[in-house]
Amino acid sequence: MSALLEVDGLTKRFGGVVAVDRCSFAVIEGTITALVGPNGSGKTTVFNLVTGYSVADSGVVCLAGSRLRRPNPVQLARRGLARTFQQARVFPQLTLVENLVASLQQPWYAIARRAVSRSDRARALDLLEEFGLVQLADDRASDLSYGQKKLLEFATVLMGDPRLVLLDEPTAGVNPLLVETIEQRIRGLRARGLTFVLVEHNLNLVMRLCDPVIVLDHGTKLAEGPPADVQTDSRVLDAYLGA
Amino acid sequence: MRRLNAVGAARGAAFVSALAAFPFVVHAAWIVNIGVITLMYAGLATAWNLFSGYSGYISLGQAAFFGLGAYSLGILFQHMSAGTGYRPFEVLPLIGLGVALVSLPVAWIALRTRAMTFAIVTLTLLFIVQQLAFNLHGITHGSTGLELPTPRFSVANYDRPFYLAMLAVVTLALLLCWHVRGSKLGLMLFAIREDEDKARGVGVRVTGAKLVAWALSVGLTAMIGGVWAYYLTFIYPESSVDPLVMIGAILMTFLGGKGTLWGPVVGAFVLVPAQQYLLTRFGANQFYLIAYAAVFMVVLLMLPRGIIPSLRDVSQRMGGHGRPRHDVAVEAGPGAPA
Repeated sequence: MSALLEVDGLTKRFGGVVAVDRCSFAVIEGTITALVGPNGSGKTTVFNLVTGYSVADSGVVCLAGSRLRRPNPVQLARRGLARTFQQARVFPQLTLVENLVASLQQPWYAIARRAVSRSDRARALDLLEEFGLVQLADDRASDLSYGQKKLLEFATVLMGDPRLVLLDEPTAGVNPLLVETIEQRIRGLRARGLTFVLVEHNLNLVMRLCDPVIVLDHGTKLAEGPPADVQTDSRVLDAYLGA
Repeated sequence: MRRLNAVGAARGAAFVSALAAFPFVVHAAWIVNIGVITLMYAGLATAWNLFSGYSGYISLGQAAFFGLGAYSLGILFQHMSAGTGYRPFEVLPLIGLGVALVSLPVAWIALRTRAMTFAIVTLTLLFIVQQLAFNLHGITHGSTGLELPTPRFSVANYDRPFYLAMLAVVTLALLLCWHVRGSKLGLMLFAIREDEDKARGVGVRVTGAKLVAWALSVGLTAMIGGVWAYYLTFIYPESSVDPLVMIGAILMTFLGGKGTLWGPVVGAFVLVPAQQYLLTRFGANQFYLIAYAAVFMVVLLMLPRGIIPSLRDVSQRMGGHGRPRHDVAVEAGPGAPA
């Protein structure tokens, strides 16, 4: 088992605040790794640094063994690293099918081709079927509930056939029924060989789903291990309860 | 992003044929002249919409490329004979292509900014090109202006070739827009307009898509500038790089419906004749500008999203056709946040 994503000594300052402080961890291929920690511990910033949405002050990020010198979201997505956002982000004025097809990675010469070809549409409908959204396929994404938008966002990142998916709070603000759908989807996709990193506040879900669990506090890794071990780690309890 | 349907194609063909027939039916030069100006703005607005309307990047600098097109044609025919008078029309595609290529490196830099910053950066382009036109005396003759060859078209129908040339560029612009809207490029642009960061995250090549749309828009704008310069046969920096021309085209796009196919054309066909009418009605005093602004404000207050989207809403409400709407709240199940 090799590390698909390696982060070494990652640091990011916002003015005087060190949001991520020499953070190092590795994500082993085929795992569902959780990134947890109290609010403000730097989880989303780590995501942003890894995916190139913000630039690290120092540190190294390696994807599948090769170092990313200047992480760029477009290139990373095309190399198989996809992410979702904390607030569900979709293209509101596009239909669900268009949302998915827009996320299909196209070669350059395809830009003049028809926006949604028959095979694109078939592929999008398959995915919508898996996520239980197929009956809304031709509605605009703005018509969806928040939870459905989360599902749609999850589905869009899968259109690009990623190897590694970073999910930023996939179940925040989602009703329990949809949480179950999301959990099943993650398990199913992992069985097909995908690797996941989750930032998640729903610790019940984390304990059920993830292994290993990485705990961040003040931008640095506090603990790492199987969920049961992390749960009883006194440093983790201190960080969460502020004792 | 609709595919070509028979009704849409017939509507487009009928519209273009009616416009093409117009100068053969109406011979009054002043009316054909209004037609030329209307088509010019329809073309500029459609070209502006192709980039700014579809990608959401508001460019205030397209007048720079209108001016570059005008000056390119003007300078070219300082050294070339216009032949029977049609040669300047024949070189228009080359002018469009040339100006589009020259604009790409500039766009590549400008497109590193977004939203208001992008609007301001593009606005400066306009003043840079105007300053160049003033100061590159050797080729532009500075503020003295540049004279183009006067074609030997028949006096009775002098405006007609210009009218048809403008119509050809407008038709090209509409065909390009129609194609872009239904293609992967259109989907990429709409994704950028909706949420560019999300688009990057799913691997949409945002910079490339913006540059292609920019080049198409700039090329069309330059071609229109070329026809305009030849029509006037005399250009100088203030008139050929005129912010008011650009603002006019942008207002028409907003009026007709930004991001739609026909909106910019509809906007131009409403506003330009209205403007020309008010100009003749109220004459040389500047009152016509106030009346023009009033017309614009009334329409924006009543149809804030533009004419085409508002009409579409009305027809959907009346006819009940359009997208089927599901009751999302029910399907989301209990407990889902709104």
